[in-house]
Amino acid sequence: MFELVIVTVVTLGALGYLMARRRVVAMAAASGVHSHSLPSYHGTFVALWVGVPALLLSLIWLLLQDSVIDSLILASLPERMTEGLDAARRSLVISEIRSIAGGQVFGEPRPEIIAAAERLNAWSGLAGWAMVATCAAAGLLGLLVTRRRIRPEFRARHGVERILDNLMIACAVVAIVTTLGIVTSLLFEAFRFFDRIPLGEFLFGLNWEPQIAIRADQVAGHGAFGAVPVFLGTLVIAFIAMAVAIPVGLLSAIYLAEYSGPRFRQAFKPVLEILAGIPTVVYGFFAVLTVAPAMRAFGAAIGLDVAPNSALAAGGVMGIMIIPFISSLSDDALNAVPRSLRDGSYAIGATKAETIKHVLLPAALPGIMGGVLLALSRAIGETMIVVMAAGLIAKMTVNPLDSVTTVTVQIVTLLIGDTEFDNPKTLAAFALGLMLFLVTLGLNIVALRIVQRYREQYD
Amino acid sequence: MASIAVSETHDWLSEDARRRVRRRHAADRRLRLYGLAAIGLAVGLLAVLLGSLILSGHTAFVQTKVPLQVYVDPQTVDADDIGGGNYRKLVRDAFRDLLPGDMNRTEQRAYQDMLSAGAPYLLRDRVMADPALVGQTVTVSAPLADPIDQLHKGVTPRDVPEDQRRVSDLQLGYYDRLVERGLISAPFNWALFTAADSRFPELAGLAGALVGSFYALLVCFVISFPVGIAAAIYLEEFARKGRWADFVEVNINNLAAVPSVVFGLLGLAVFLGFFGLPRSAPLVGGMVLSLMTLPTIIIVTRAALKAVPPSIREAALGVGASRHQVVLHHVLPLAMPGILTGTIIGLAQALGETAPLLLIGMNAFITSAPG
Repeated sequence: MFELVIVTVVTLGALGYLMARRRVVAMAAASGVHSHSLPSYHGTFVALWVGVPALLLSLIWLLLQDSVIDSLILASLPERMTEGLDAARRSLVISEIRSIAGGQVFGEPRPEIIAAAERLNAWSGLAGWAMVATCAAAGLLGLLVTRRRIRPEFRARHGVERILDNLMIACAVVAIVTTLGIVTSLLFEAFRFFDRIPLGEFLFGLNWEPQIAIRADQVAGHGAFGAVPVFLGTLVIAFIAMAVAIPVGLLSAIYLAEYSGPRFRQAFKPVLEILAGIPTVVYGFFAVLTVAPAMRAFGAAIGLDVAPNSALAAGGVMGIMIIPFISSLSDDALNAVPRSLRDGSYAIGATKAETIKHVLLPAALPGIMGGVLLALSRAIGETMIVVMAAGLIAKMTVNPLDSVTTVTVQIVTLLIGDTEFDNPKTLAAFALGLMLFLVTLGLNIVALRIVQRYREQYD
Repeated sequence: MASIAVSETHDWLSEDARRRVRRRHAADRRLRLYGLAAIGLAVGLLAVLLGSLILSGHTAFVQTKVPLQVYVDPQTVDADDIGGGNYRKLVRDAFRDLLPGDMNRTEQRAYQDMLSAGAPYLLRDRVMADPALVGQTVTVSAPLADPIDQLHKGVTPRDVPEDQRRVSDLQLGYYDRLVERGLISAPFNWALFTAADSRFPELAGLAGALVGSFYALLVCFVISFPVGIAAAIYLEEFARKGRWADFVEVNINNLAAVPSVVFGLLGLAVFLGFFGLPRSAPLVGGMVLSLMTLPTIIIVTRAALKAVPPSIREAALGVGASRHQVVLHHVLPLAMPGILTGTIIGLAQALGETAPLLLIGMNAFITSAPG
């Protein structure tokens, strides 16, 4: 149905374009007045007024169609079937009706349900055609209204430009709406979580065992939602990742910026960038299949007990992934230090190493620190490597050979299971997501401030 | 006036001085070596990563097969109901005919287990496509079951005791006999790209995943490319510089650094929960990915627009173009190469994203590729 709407709208828009263009040329020729805008602008004006409202209408219709039909179907069922049902059971009835309407019949549904499914199909078809008709009507209305304004004196170009401006503003607003959407949805669900679990227990509790009984007769833990071990696990893995990435990244940047020739730089800078382009799932695979067993075997050979999903394996591979962040941002920072400082340092007899250590690094330090903080925020938010290579049980330990779990692993495992949305288990994922969002946001803002405030202006 | 004579004279050629200079130069050489070693370590790790992936994965591109001469018996396959014939019997008989000699029941079962469970369906599809084959002898290149496939590719070790491997001694013997007769071949595994998920490893392929990725990426591109460019053009060219423009810019830079998992939570809460869109659909996946790619495209477009020299803009204004015409007709075409480069990078990142798609449920086990 949506394809039909597109075809209708495009046809109407094209017709309006051609018609308006011809009309304004004819009117200009008849009255002898020069038209203000090119004929194509008149055509575009009409086409936009035909197409944009119709498309917007169809999008809104599509978004609301299903929920409106669902409420109507529920209202059409006999009273005795729907009274006293809570929202969850109502949606169960709706999904049963929808799956029967889609042709998948399980077991012996009640005759009222089958009748309701047939009604659903009829109404959906009707709604599809109604959408096409409404959008065509909106297009035609736009056509008729704008047609009257087509005159040589009409400033069509200004009209088109105003419409384009509004469209562009709407697109720019999408970015803000996305941030608002993230914050609102996280806050909303997190508040539902904090209704059940007090904030203090979440932030300061030392026990993270989200396995609570789903059904009344299930034997399971009581469910403790103290998130400190999870935060600690995230910090341990991020720390290991930075310990791998900072030396390698910084030294690579120093070599590429100061010691290497231009051909070496041209050859090896892209190779380092490749590390940033590899999907994180592939890193996770590498960590699970190659690095973790190798570390375990190595640990067994020297007598240490390394867990199969140790923090060292996950953190090490995450560090490899972060190397290009640190190296390219530090490279930029070092290159931004003006030549005069370098030349002055060489002039008083310092070697290259001394110049780097005493002059360049302190001058580039704000940029390097900004890069390190951005890399840290990336490490904290990284998901796939830790989902595949790190553990699921929260443990209060800083031993890198143990298995720990991170915030992102818990978010994924809590939401992949089968618990319903009201359960504190699923809502805990949103609370963790809120923490993650706030921490990474804070790190990014701090990084930006450091770079802005402490960057020297050399001129 | 105080004397400004230097109280000490340095002997720059003394042993002490020379030693200091040598030490300083040695420190310089050491730092250079550390830098080179760091680059070498990073490149070496990249090589280990790619190497281990290739080494463990390259065997998936071939599939062990045997040629079966199957006689499509008209008594087993009814011409009126081609789809319902007992193809399993036909295929098993043809497989049995490859090796002469008697086999008792246990040996028969071990032998027939070596053939893939999907071989009858290959024959069935061919006969259904061409019903004239009933009554004729058809050559079917049938895949072997997964344990034999791994044995042929060298993954299964032959020298461990029988209970520690998936291929029994009997099957090992039959495999060797088939190899002696030259019946085992390992051609390129086209089914890797045409088959969807399956319970049997030798029949599984990537078609479902490839199609799903394509659709999700298509939706992502269709949504984020126009919206991102429009937003960037507005912010760069038309917006009044002020608090609101700064606020939007800060917003976009922050969005670019938000972890992808949070976008998955957004998709789950808003698209699936509030709007009720279908779970595991490429539409929702594409929408979540487009929200992630949007900041990247906006930032790249802004940089590309900034890089267009102001002389172009001023020349266009000078010949009488309006501000919109300057941007759309002159600046945007010049900035397009940079924009497209950035878009490709953003889409490549979106293709590799997993976490948000996991959270909206796109890990269905689908046995046939979506149309």
